[in-house]
Amino acid sequence: MAVPALCEVTDLRVQFPLRGLEAWVRALRDGKPPVVRAVDGVSFAVAAGETLGLVGESGCGKSTVARSIVRLNQPTSGSIRLAGTELTGLSKDDFEKQRPHLQMVFQDPTASLNPRLSVRRTVEEPIRLHTSLSAAERRERTDAVLEEVGLGADLAERYPHQLSGGQRQRVNIARALITNPRLVILDEPTSALDVSLRARIILLLEELRARHGLSYLFISHDLATVRYLASRVAVMYLGVIVEEADTAELFARPLHPYTRALLAAVPVPDPDARRDPFVLSGEIPSPIDIPAGCRLRARCPLAKPVCAEPVPLRQLSPGHRVACHLVQEEA
Amino acid sequence: MSAPRTAPGTASGTAVLSVQDLAVRFNTDQGEVDAVDDATFDVREGEVLGLVGESGSGKSVTATALLQLIRPPGRIAHGRILFGGRDLCTLGEETLAHIRGAEIAMVFQTPRTALNPLITVGEQVARLYALHAGLSKAESRKRAIAMLRTVGIPEPERRARQYPHQFSGGMCQRVMIAMALASRPKLLIADEPTTGLDVSTAARILDLLRELGQQTGASIVLITHDLGVVAATCHRVAVMHAGQIVEIAPVRALFARPAHPYARALVRSIPRVDRAVNMEPIPGVVPSLINAPPGCRYAGRCPWVEDRCRRDKPMLKEIAPDHRVACFAVEDGRAGPV
Repeated sequence: MAVPALCEVTDLRVQFPLRGLEAWVRALRDGKPPVVRAVDGVSFAVAAGETLGLVGESGCGKSTVARSIVRLNQPTSGSIRLAGTELTGLSKDDFEKQRPHLQMVFQDPTASLNPRLSVRRTVEEPIRLHTSLSAAERRERTDAVLEEVGLGADLAERYPHQLSGGQRQRVNIARALITNPRLVILDEPTSALDVSLRARIILLLEELRARHGLSYLFISHDLATVRYLASRVAVMYLGVIVEEADTAELFARPLHPYTRALLAAVPVPDPDARRDPFVLSGEIPSPIDIPAGCRLRARCPLAKPVCAEPVPLRQLSPGHRVACHLVQEEA
Repeated sequence: MSAPRTAPGTASGTAVLSVQDLAVRFNTDQGEVDAVDDATFDVREGEVLGLVGESGSGKSVTATALLQLIRPPGRIAHGRILFGGRDLCTLGEETLAHIRGAEIAMVFQTPRTALNPLITVGEQVARLYALHAGLSKAESRKRAIAMLRTVGIPEPERRARQYPHQFSGGMCQRVMIAMALASRPKLLIADEPTTGLDVSTAARILDLLRELGQQTGASIVLITHDLGVVAATCHRVAVMHAGQIVEIAPVRALFARPAHPYARALVRSIPRVDRAVNMEPIPGVVPSLINAPPGCRYAGRCPWVEDRCRRDKPMLKEIAPDHRVACFAVEDGRAGPV
């Protein structure tokens, strides 16, 4: 890739200790305290100006990755670099200095706003904290950002309960943009919105990215939206990335059985669409008992004995990485 | 899900349920809300009818009205709901209590909250057999386990002894479907049955609903905001906007030739997983239904609006076999070819 990576995540691991009776029983049985391996060795890079889609089903660890980057949870090990600066070892104060470059928009547009703060106060908060701008300068900047996300000045004095869901999400986006961030992490930003609002927020996000050269890490389970917004897509399953490729390539030629099954499961708004009948059996196992070898093995209809061996992410063609023994065989 | 679907009801067209001029009204502090405004539609024998629309379109209120479960401050202002030769709106609570669950069953969006957390899953299903079919305890239990197996619960004997919290969201929804179908209802109402489930789980739940509908002959009203789910599952579709049914058509016709300006905009407004598209958001917002003006409620968002649209309410008119649209602009050709 010609463009240098803006954000580079290397071998990120996030583990949570398990508590309670079950943990105690497991500790006795296994001789060591049990942990949930939510993120189990994830590496990816987001280039300047690009949107990387991070997709997967509930519990795959995609949100944990996002939250680790902004320090909403502590990584167990691994490296997170933003524009060359290693974030994981930074002191709280030094990390705060990086925070303006790194913003996040959450799924629930209501829960992520303080009901007691007006729109203006909410959007202004980050530059109050991170800059020494005067009140007048802050006001000017806030008005400009509100305008940019399509919120008129008449909405600035309103409170969250006086706004629609779409307007609330625009406030969240404005708050993320006001510090002129380089990387914005979008965690399912459109999932809680109605269809017609969803389309407008998607278009707004794309417009803002193009205008400001922003980079997005776009976390979603909605593959249709990912196809629209992302230039590259990484697919997660049970704490690891199983496939990564350019968007067009991934949707045209999904190589990993999990990606293939995921794409096949999305209903298409065309009654005559031919569906790929490829399905997996069973359900996602618990991230406490991660199977050895390929994590999909027990559910995969193509599984062979070789799948019990560890399976690293391998480059098959430029920009297309897959973690599957069988794809390797065919290629 | 790849098997071609022919509408089973179209040959005979026998209606299992017939809704005529249904109006559901809520009294609020700010005024009257016509949540459902003169809805008229049939549900045919053995078909899956999709009821599609955004939040506030009235689709869930319509479903609630079908079961006669509208509670104050809401009420059914007028209209008829004909089912099995009777108008459900005129029946007493005792008769309705028998019809609900036995003849018309419902599957909800949040299966976990719809299940009783204190009773084992097997017992919850078995109680329905005891209640509706009057079976003995042992026989009910046997039937419950068989039903859990039918809906794809692995190891049903063991799982029947477990509680809802030990089930995943997808498994809970399977249990809900087992419960809904236990009494062999003629009509199943599924309100966003896959919302909140992961894609692969959702796909399997939809397959299951369709298969079981076919096996038992039950008609299904599927309420959803997801056009993909509609295309994959339904035979016919009714599109709702702000409490009004604006178009009702066979599923292929709706996607190939959407006629109502709202239906056209809706189809163009969604990103697709199967190909790259240019998304065009629907203009405007769903209008407030408080003291809604007469006329078409899409008028404020419609590119083809004229005075008459704000004044008079367009009726559903047939524009092609089995394809009905409520729009003056479509009627007089202003909206261009369908």
